[in-house]
Amino acid sequence: MLYRQAGIRHRRYAAERQLWPLTFDRMLVGAVALFLLAAPFTLDRLYVSGYLLPWLLWSSAALGLNLLMGGAGQIHLGYGAVMAIGAYSSVHLVRNGVPFELALILSGSMSAAIGIIFGAAALRVKGLYLAMSTLAMQYIVDFTISHAPGISGGTQASLQVPRVSVLGIPVTGEVAPYYVALALCAIVTLFMLNVGRTSFGRALAAIREKDYAAEIIGVSTFKYKLLAFWTSSFIGGAVGAVLAVCYLRIVTPDQFHLDLSIQLVAMVIVGGLGSVLGSFFGAALILFAPIFFNHAIGMLAAGLGLSISTDLRSHIPLMLYGGLIILFLLVEPLGLAKMYDNVRKYFLVWPFRHVRK
Amino acid sequence: MDLILLGELAINGVLVGLMYGLIALGIVLVYKTSGLANLAQGALAMAGGYVTVALATLAGLPMWAAVVAALAVMFVCGMLIERVMLRRMIGQPVIMIIMLTLGLEIFLRGVGPGIFGSAVKPLDLGIRQAPIIVGDILINRAYLIGGAISALLIMATIALFNSRLGVRMRAVSDDQTASWSVGIRVERTIAIAWGLAAALATAAGILWGSVQGVDWSLSLLLMKALAISILGGLDSIAGVLLAAVIVGVAESLATGILDPLVGGGTRDIVASVIIVMTLLVRPYGLFGREHIERV
Repeated sequence: MLYRQAGIRHRRYAAERQLWPLTFDRMLVGAVALFLLAAPFTLDRLYVSGYLLPWLLWSSAALGLNLLMGGAGQIHLGYGAVMAIGAYSSVHLVRNGVPFELALILSGSMSAAIGIIFGAAALRVKGLYLAMSTLAMQYIVDFTISHAPGISGGTQASLQVPRVSVLGIPVTGEVAPYYVALALCAIVTLFMLNVGRTSFGRALAAIREKDYAAEIIGVSTFKYKLLAFWTSSFIGGAVGAVLAVCYLRIVTPDQFHLDLSIQLVAMVIVGGLGSVLGSFFGAALILFAPIFFNHAIGMLAAGLGLSISTDLRSHIPLMLYGGLIILFLLVEPLGLAKMYDNVRKYFLVWPFRHVRK
Repeated sequence: MDLILLGELAINGVLVGLMYGLIALGIVLVYKTSGLANLAQGALAMAGGYVTVALATLAGLPMWAAVVAALAVMFVCGMLIERVMLRRMIGQPVIMIIMLTLGLEIFLRGVGPGIFGSAVKPLDLGIRQAPIIVGDILINRAYLIGGAISALLIMATIALFNSRLGVRMRAVSDDQTASWSVGIRVERTIAIAWGLAAALATAAGILWGSVQGVDWSLSLLLMKALAISILGGLDSIAGVLLAAVIVGVAESLATGILDPLVGGGTRDIVASVIIVMTLLVRPYGLFGREHIERV
């Protein structure tokens, strides 16, 4: 059927090792890429800047977190703080006349530098203790940002992002920010797709499976855990910077609270730990399911003539969001990516049923 | 800075700390018996508060009966949480369990205000508002009673661990397979630990609800409870008592002394700083058993 494996005979190792050996996979990726490239000209502007843009940005952030959680098996409950550092650094750099391309890299490095301090503190411990220390990082960074007038512009203040230009093109309107986000997302995705095939990715996988076993076979656990924290925080900072410039436009401390961190962890878990495709699925589900259900319930209530209190309706996203996390962990711990994989595997051998699992 | 103000801050800090400790107790109890992270404890306290309010106002029970009934209901809820959710997660990595309890926390935070409305619900235990005055020191009456009840419950939990049930719990926490082989029902013991944790959370929710009213912000107590349980050692109940006092006093002093200097908000950061410092200096806490794996 769709994912046909029969008749594909590789004659070179390179062909076998390519990212998408199956023709259908390649066509699917190409179609999605084409759709995303053409979206600003074919879709309504509202959908592009209201749905596709945040989806790309949140997916990129989820990918960065997935490197740490799925790749290296380290939990991070403070990823929102990492993004906050990136966003605030980039805004301040751009305001002081640094070109955005440079500011992007510098703010990524800033996030990585601060992230690694907490990472180093956290690397003596793991599991629940690591979760606690990253949670503490979230609160400490939040506090510092909102209480240092030099960073946030004072408590309760918001910071206007100045106009920037990328490679000479001003990032204004709806089209340019979308392409900036798309470019960032593409870079992060390509990095994540390939990182598993490098020695770095393999070292992380070894640490994820059993850290002392990795240490015994000669993988420096400390070094690679720190590197994982560094890389992941760098991606987080860069995404935070693009998020501030392309989507938020006005930065306030409460955009990066614990809620964002938990949202991102939920995306990684619901999408599938360690899966690139899963991060995209997870981001889409966590971002849009509450909106969708809120509208659906509103319409249902209107249609049936039921009255649902505003309190209940305003808390439906929270319930759904918690419910989705619980449901996925109980029913399919490997997430949406695993579900997709099941379908794909079914069609791989169709009409036979050898690999049903 | 005069001594009277310091004394007042310290005494009220101790009492508030003990009330935080009541929530931390549930985290320690669950970790000690099953080695599972319980990040839903704050939301369980909130849920307990809501259940009490609902029983008292909607069902029209007198307050003492509502409290008893809420404790019983939440005990059953805690056991159900273990049975329906956590038992299926056995053998999964710790990230999954942390995330599951966080998911439960988020879910409860949506369900509570969603059903009962997001306005603050008053919960009147009949404690008078007037403070108690000892010498020149003002002591908040609700904190005094809450702190005393919390201290009693923490002591009672220590005593519980010397009872027959407590011995079983200690056996389970020591080695689950060995407990199985001598005929201890490990699942039931863990379920009872969850039930007790939920009941303790309810007690904390009621005490805090009588101070600040019942709304979703009760679930924010989780962070302080985590700080207490990490500082005291995740598997030490006696540690909760001492760590609760330390966290309470530190927070109270920070609020009283640092807030005027940095412009408020230090209350929320004390818990985080304590967590980071503990993990840096003594990751297993003051009284915890030192068996954290390190590489």
